[in-house]
Amino acid sequence: MILDLKKLKLRKINEQLQGIDRKINDRNFTIINPEGNHAVCAGLTEELNVNIKGHVGYYCAGMNQKANITIEGNVGTGVAENMMSGKVHVKGNASQSAGATAHGGLLVIDGDASSRCGISMKGADIVVKGSVGHMSGFMSQAGNLVVCGDAGEALGDSLYETNIYIKGKVKSLGADCVEKKMDKKHLKKLNILLKEANIKNHKAESFKRYGSAKKLYNFKIDNISNY
Amino acid sequence: MCGIVGIYLKTKKFEKNLGKMLSGMLNNMESRGPDSAGFAVYKNSDKKEYKYSLCINNLDFNKFKKDISKKIRNLKLNQYSDHVIVRTPEIPKKFIKFINKELPEVSIVGYGHSIEIFKQVGNPKDVVKKFNLESFSGTHGIGHTRMATESAITTEGSHPYSTGEDECLVHNGSLSNHNNLRRELKKKGNTFTSENDTEVAAGYVSNSLSNNNSLKKTLVSGLKDLDGFYTFIAGTRKGFAVVRDEIACKPAVIAETKNYIAIASEFQAMAHLPDVNDAKIFEPEPGVVYSWGN
Repeated sequence: MILDLKKLKLRKINEQLQGIDRKINDRNFTIINPEGNHAVCAGLTEELNVNIKGHVGYYCAGMNQKANITIEGNVGTGVAENMMSGKVHVKGNASQSAGATAHGGLLVIDGDASSRCGISMKGADIVVKGSVGHMSGFMSQAGNLVVCGDAGEALGDSLYETNIYIKGKVKSLGADCVEKKMDKKHLKKLNILLKEANIKNHKAESFKRYGSAKKLYNFKIDNISNY
Repeated sequence: MCGIVGIYLKTKKFEKNLGKMLSGMLNNMESRGPDSAGFAVYKNSDKKEYKYSLCINNLDFNKFKKDISKKIRNLKLNQYSDHVIVRTPEIPKKFIKFINKELPEVSIVGYGHSIEIFKQVGNPKDVVKKFNLESFSGTHGIGHTRMATESAITTEGSHPYSTGEDECLVHNGSLSNHNNLRRELKKKGNTFTSENDTEVAAGYVSNSLSNNNSLKKTLVSGLKDLDGFYTFIAGTRKGFAVVRDEIACKPAVIAETKNYIAIASEFQAMAHLPDVNDAKIFEPEPGVVYSWGN
């Protein structure tokens, strides 16, 4: 079914996709003329395939559950923010805070993602085929961030248990983020993610793994005089 | 939050449509700034005459015409609602002195050989209509929709700010060291008409340009001297430049085609532009100055 954002109001389209009847079999939708609108496909909760033809604005596919959403264009701030499950595939570039606070699901970005990609993520997997901007993975708590290109300044600042895999150069590491040994289990997970993102030209072995040094987890009594 | 937009034509193809393109961009940025709006349009310049963009406020146009005609020679006037574009060979020093002394209710919005500048409180759609922006042609233009944060909703608090000949600046963000910087710039001879932080940034740019620094070099120094959150578009007779602070909380997106460069806070501002779906679209990187035509 084709949904035209030039003819239908955004709220009408989102309500239709959010309120889909479980018994209906036609679960393939195409949204045309998105024209940079915000919150397109926010809050979907069913197994649907939605193809958005064009560039979208902020918070596209936010809070997604189960749905498989493809954007044939660029996305604004906060694509798939707080995603719980499902898959979001951006064929262009993503603006800042892609996948922010996402708990689950897979976000694939074919182009670059700008600053704060995966900020405070809580369990999702994010695969970026290009590069990411500064402060990516900031305070991220769980999940995996895979970057086939380079990472900007302060990568993984104050992160918790997220694994960050970078193929290219890292401009600088944030506080408490260090390079870590790539174990078999990490290679296995990375291989699965590369496969899910349909990436064939990068081998898991060519990535470096970064994670938390865990020095910020507990208060150090030696620092008491600073407070 | 505010909305900023700009369009620079690389070829002559869309010169007649510049106003139409810019007005669509401003209309689409209403959601980011419903309090006031403004724009500057640059047209091919006539070196022999100056153009003064004036806001006559509540003054009757005919009275204004009568008063100004007594003192200023070779006048041509174009009225757009409460704004008037005055064309005259009279040099800025004399003209500004005359206005300030004889017509204190009139405010000077900007001047130069090429720039025409308009701004007013109200919804962007109404402001754009009031000044008939769609009818404008030109080589490049800059616009702003304001959601007022640090100073009141007034004409003086609206953007663009023009603090030098054919110069203007629009801003999304807020500056934290503008009071200090205003004091320093006043010592260097700059004058200010508002308490607005953006006017200080515009003054900073004008001051640097008057010392023969390029626009690019000026904005690179600005990264060090201007403290706060910002995306700026700074316009001159030849073109414009854009810069975001290094934290880059304030958005910007650029679309480039073979005929134009468009810049806006959000893509939706440029969704109506011709060939935009085939444009190269990218975000300006934090702390990097991008300039065209300068």
